Order: sequence, then C-alpha cells, then structure tokens
Amino acid sequence: MMHGKAFDEVWGEGGGDTPREGFEALARWISDTPAHELDRRQQAAEAAFRQLGITFAVYGEDEAAERIIPFDIVPRIFSASEWSGLKAGLEQRVEAINAFLADIYGQRKILADGIIPAELVLTNPQFRPQVAGVRPPHDVYAHICGIDMVRTGPTDFFVLEDNARTPSGVSYMLENREAMIRLCPEIFEMFAVEPVDDYTDLLLQTLRSVAPHGRGQEPVCVLLTPGHFNSAFYEHSFLADAMGIELVEAADLEVDDDIVWMRTIDGRVRVDVIYRRLDDDYLDPLVFKRDSMLGVPGLMAAYLAGNVTLTNAPGTGIADDKAIYSYMPEIVRYYTGSDAKLPNVETFRCREASPLQYTLDNLDKLVVKLVDGSGGYGMLVGPTASKAEIETFRAALVAEPHRYIAQPTLALSTVPTLVEQGVAPRHVDFRPFCLSGANGVKIVPGGLTRVALREGSLVVNSSQGGGTKDSLILADRPRRRANTTPSMRSGAD
Amino acid sequence: MLSRTAASLYWLGRYIERAEFTARLIEATMRLDLLSARPAGEGAWESALAVSTAEEGFWFTGEPVTPEAVTRYLALALENGNSIRSCLDAARNNAKSVRTALTREAWEAINRAWLGVRDCKAAGGTAAALAMVDKLKAEARGFEGALHRMLRNEASFFVRLGSAIERADNTARLIDVKYHLLLPEGEKVGGAIDRDQWTTILHTVSAVTAYRWLYREGLRPGRVVDLLVLRPEMPRSIAASAEEVVQMLTAIGRRLGRQGEADRMARVRQQMLGRSTVNGIIAGGLHEYLRGFIAENARLDQAISQQFRFA
Repeated sequence: MMHGKAFDEVWGEGGGDTPREGFEALARWISDTPAHELDRRQQAAEAAFRQLGITFAVYGEDEAAERIIPFDIVPRIFSASEWSGLKAGLEQRVEAINAFLADIYGQRKILADGIIPAELVLTNPQFRPQVAGVRPPHDVYAHICGIDMVRTGPTDFFVLEDNARTPSGVSYMLENREAMIRLCPEIFEMFAVEPVDDYTDLLLQTLRSVAPHGRGQEPVCVLLTPGHFNSAFYEHSFLADAMGIELVEAADLEVDDDIVWMRTIDGRVRVDVIYRRLDDDYLDPLVFKRDSMLGVPGLMAAYLAGNVTLTNAPGTGIADDKAIYSYMPEIVRYYTGSDAKLPNVETFRCREASPLQYTLDNLDKLVVKLVDGSGGYGMLVGPTASKAEIETFRAALVAEPHRYIAQPTLALSTVPTLVEQGVAPRHVDFRPFCLSGANGVKIVPGGLTRVALREGSLVVNSSQGGGTKDSLILADRPRRRANTTPSMRSGAD
Repeated sequence: MLSRTAASLYWLGRYIERAEFTARLIEATMRLDLLSARPAGEGAWESALAVSTAEEGFWFTGEPVTPEAVTRYLALALENGNSIRSCLDAARNNAKSVRTALTREAWEAINRAWLGVRDCKAAGGTAAALAMVDKLKAEARGFEGALHRMLRNEASFFVRLGSAIERADNTARLIDVKYHLLLPEGEKVGGAIDRDQWTTILHTVSAVTAYRWLYREGLRPGRVVDLLVLRPEMPRSIAASAEEVVQMLTAIGRRLGRQGEADRMARVRQQMLGRSTVNGIIAGGLHEYLRGFIAENARLDQAISQQFRFA
C-alpha cells in the first residue's frame, strides 16, 4: 500500500538511483558490503544479545518463550541539523508536558481558560485526584519521557505519541550502539557520531537532582521493578547495574512513619528517590488497586509527605493520554508562548460531531484508536482492514464515540534494512529519551529506531514482528582523525 | 546488599545442590538395583524416595514402585517440589531475579542445566536417565567452577552458604535412611546386600576412592559413618559442610562488620562435631544423632533467615 511511495531516508522520494546529499557514504557502505557479510554480523549481534539475556517475554506465551527483539545491522542516520531541530522541539514539548502537569495538579489555569474541556481531564481515568495539590521537587513530574516520532519527508517530522509514564527501550539504544561499534567499526571511521553512552550517568544525575530537599549530596536512589516476570526486566536490571543503584521489588521496601526504607542484609537503609518502572495502579494498594500484590503499602503517604521522590511522578499518564494528545499544540502554545516546533499528526476527535462524521465517512482510509488503548490493541487500520472488521468497528465507534480518535494513515519513511532477499526499504519510527531534572531538559543524541520488518507493514511494535536499529546522530564536526579506531567498551556483565 | 537478593542467592545455592544430590541419588540407586549382580529391587527405590522425603508424594501418584516411575518422579515430576526439574526451575527463577549479582558464566551454567532438563519429556530408559544425570552433574560442576571465579563478595558467599547448608542436610538424610531403613529384615549387617548398599552411598557422594585412600581396608559401616559425618577432608561430609557454613558466615560478617546468632550457632555446631567420635555417635544411636543434626540444621537455616532478614 505504502510501498514505493514512501520517503526513503537514504534514497529520497520515489526510490531513485542517487542517494540524498550526505548519505553517499552510507549508500556506498551498503552496496560494498556483501549481504552475507551483513548477515554474519547481524547474527553475531543477535547471538551476543541472547547471551546477555536481552530478552523480552511476550505475554500469553510459555515462560520459556523468551525472545530477543530482532536487530538490524544497517544503521539509521540523522544529520546534525536534523537532530538540532528535533532536539529543540523535544525540549519544548517536555517542558510543556511538565508545565501542564504542574498546572493540572495545581491551579488548573488551562481548564479555567477553556483551552481544554475540563471534563476531558477531570473524568479521565489517567487523572489521579490523589496527588492533586502535591508539588514534587523542582515541579518536575515527567522526569523520563519517550517521544515517539515519525517522518514522512525530508523535513516532515511528527510526534505520534508521548510516553510520559514509564517509557522503555533505552537499553536497546545503548546495547545496539555497543553492537555496532564492535561489528561495524568502519561506520564510526566514516562518520563522526555523537556518543550515547553517558545516558545512564545523566539519568542518575537527573534522579539525584530531584531528591527531597535536605537529603544531602548523595541521596539513595533505587529502581523499582515489578520483578523478573515483567517483559522489560532486562532493561530494569541493565539500568540499575549501569547506575550502580539497587534494583528493588516492592517486597524490599517498607514504609514506616511516612519514610521509605529498603531491607538489606545490613539493616534498613532510607530511600530518597524511586525510579519506578511500575504503573501508578500498582504503586500502593492502600491508594490504588487494592488487590495488587506488587505495591508498597504506605508509599503514597510517604510521597505526599514529601519524604520520597517518585520518578515519574504518579499521575503523569494524563499528559500522554490519546484524548489529551490532540490538544498538545494548544498546550505547548499555552505554556511556552510559541507554536509547537514539532507538529502533531492530524487528529480527529470523535467526541466532536463533525470530526466523527468525517471519521465514519472515511473509515477505510483512517487509523482509529481507543484513547486509552496501547500496544496496538483496540485499533483499526482502515486501509488494511476487511469490510467486516470496518463494520464491527463502526458499530463500536457509534456506540461510544468519545472513546476514539482518528488519524490519517501516514506514509512512514523507510530506511534500508537487511531482509532475506538482501537490503530493502522498511518503515521506521523513532523514540528519543528526554530527561527532566532540576537543571532543565537533557537529551542524549540518539534514540530507539523501531523497524517493521515485514514488507509494507507500518506496525513497528516488538510484539508484532518489529525490530530495532542503531540511530546515529552525526556530530557537527569533522571526523576527529582518519584511521583511528573508535574507543571500545567491554560488554556489560 | 538487599535482603531479597541475599535470600535468592542463598536459595539458588540450596536448589542447585539439591538438584545435583537428587541426580546422584538416582544414579546410585540405578547402580544398586539395575546394574548390580544382585538387584536390590523395590527396596532400593523406596529408600531413594525416603532420602528425598518424597514417599508420601509418590504414593499419591498411585503408581507402583518401579525404577521408571520413581526415576520420573524424582527427576521430572512438577508435582514433586524436590524433583530435579522443580529445583532447577526454582534455582533459575532465583538466579534470574538477581541476574546482575551473578557472572554471565554462572548464569549460563544454570540456564543450560534448566534447558537440558526442561526438554526431557520422560525419563526414558536407564541409559537416557544416566545421560541426563551425567549432564546435570557436569553443569553443576560448571556452576561451582563459575562460582569460584566470581568476586569474593557477599554474592558468592551467600550462594556457597546455601549449598553448604543443603549439603549437610542431604548427607545426613542419606546416612540416616541407610542406617534406619535400608537393611531388609533378617539380612546380616556386613552381608552382601548390606555391602552393596554402603557402596551405593559412597557413590552418591562420590567417595568410593576417597574411602579406599583414607582407610585402606574393606567396607565397614563404622568407617563409612566416620567418613561421611566427621571427616573434614571429605567435601560432602557433615563436618566439612559445617565448616564451610562457618567460613561463609565469617566472610559475610567481616564485610558487614558484625556477627549474629547464626554465627554463634554455626560455631557451636562445628565445635561439637570436632569433639565427636564415631564410636560415641553409634553408641548413642546414629539415627537419633542424625535426626538431631537435621533439626539443628533447620534451626540454623532459620537463624540465617532472621539474621539477614530474608523474609
């Protein structure tokens, strides 16, 4: 459907014979490296990932079915100027997200000013009245954001989705780079590439910077995981290990007089900052889901008392809700005073009459999503859906229009990718990771590129056959010196 | 170190040791029954179940006591919490939740052992069961080797502490079952069957050669008891295990800068063993002695849990 029409990041529009400016070297590398050599390196990378245990579990499958996410050996490249544009837009967006959260859980000016319908926020399941009025240190709520971007042309980048709760995937950004440096060192001789390996240092700095006031220079930070049955457990242990902080489960924590402690073999140790990779619902059974075995009773009381910082703060889900997403251009303008540098994908709110009518008239062309769905569930992709599927979806949409939004089907950009028949274009998206702490927003030059490995497919989710690529951000300086080998780091162990 | 991490490492040590012991038990029982000139029959398999405290569980399966059924139950049955497969499941889960405290080598040994057993659908014939047992013993040795190449820090100390506690328990049970249950009525102590059975025990703890080296004489039950209970040179003896428990607790205590009740209990136990003689033990009743030791070992396990806040 999209194939042949989409913008290719190396070959440009229409898939011509000459690479885009700046991509000549990469095009030459792709054509000069035999496919079997690329394949050999790709398999070496995947074997290393398997040994490291970079696996994820697919829910509903046998526990033994631990899989690795396919890794593609052909890197994706962004120029320095492309990145600086994205970076400015990302900084603006996460600043607006944090300002929005501070307002929504504070004075609610944006609602009073009628920018967003109040009921859309206040009756939203992602809105947490339990934390209204709480001000976390430095007014930062969403310390770690993953912003999903798509591209449709040379300068056309769009934000597809904001992830302001517990975004994952950053371990792939780091491990993919390690694999590329080991297996394709010549790429790093050809290009001056911005490094990504200080991400975990920046993350630790960010966590420390938002510790409760008066907790000293070295506050105790921990990473809270749901446990090793969680699909992202590898990432949790990878990050805790790289930061040198404890990887805790709820059972390791106890709350006493509104202070959080972790149980160690040497007695109790006070905890100041919790980087939690657990949804709000499972944080504290006294406040959220009562039947949750994952949570820490009393944790929210400690948080409300200001004795512990939770990153991200409870309640950030209201900022990445799909119903709120359609208002992001207004939200950015409201808090930053200028237009959003990164546009949204055009979005039709089915809760409003004329967009609903438009959606119903064009179901075969649109992507329709549940506002509170994720991971590709509760979604209609019009152009690939059968007549029957469209009619079933139409009935659901008419019954509860307020639960849906619709977007045009985008011609996502493609990047050359190693497939069985050799190197061929495949659709990609991009998730950079933005850190917000006491000292503003920090973004490591890189991110996670996900690629839909099936020909023509637009679905990049790892649970549905997506893979990943290294994303190289080129430095705005010449290669330091020709013929120097890049510095190598040994793999994590 | 988090208490949960320490608990997982400790139990990892216990489960790997238990899996390996069960593998050795199966192997020795096969040797006694199927491979010897005088098959010991049902009694051998019943005593194997007894050593593994699996008699009742097996009875509930309703199956007759046959070599195949008992082997399957001890090796692969998921309903048997002490089967090799259940132990490896538990060991791997513990290892996975403390993945970063282990080296890749140690993790891979556990994972390989787990994969090897997971893919066994049935125990198969004697040859297949022996092959599985051999593979598992090799993986357990690989894990032990990897453990010795890990940093000498709390992580390896807790795994080895768990192994030593488990080993003390297993060895005590093994001798006890032999002494109390094995000998069929009317059979003479020191007779042919009896000798085969004592040899089986030595095989289970890989001590046949060690026995010859230390005693330079034929099999005598008193000597076997001396070897397995009191000899610190013998790695699987109760005395050696008790000594390793003291060493590991001391090593942990040094890192933390303090000791506790478990250290005291472990040292008292070690001193008592040092003062014991085999004649004294047998005169007082070996069965009573071993029962007492197993209970004491369980109390020490409790004291360790409390001292390091496992629960």
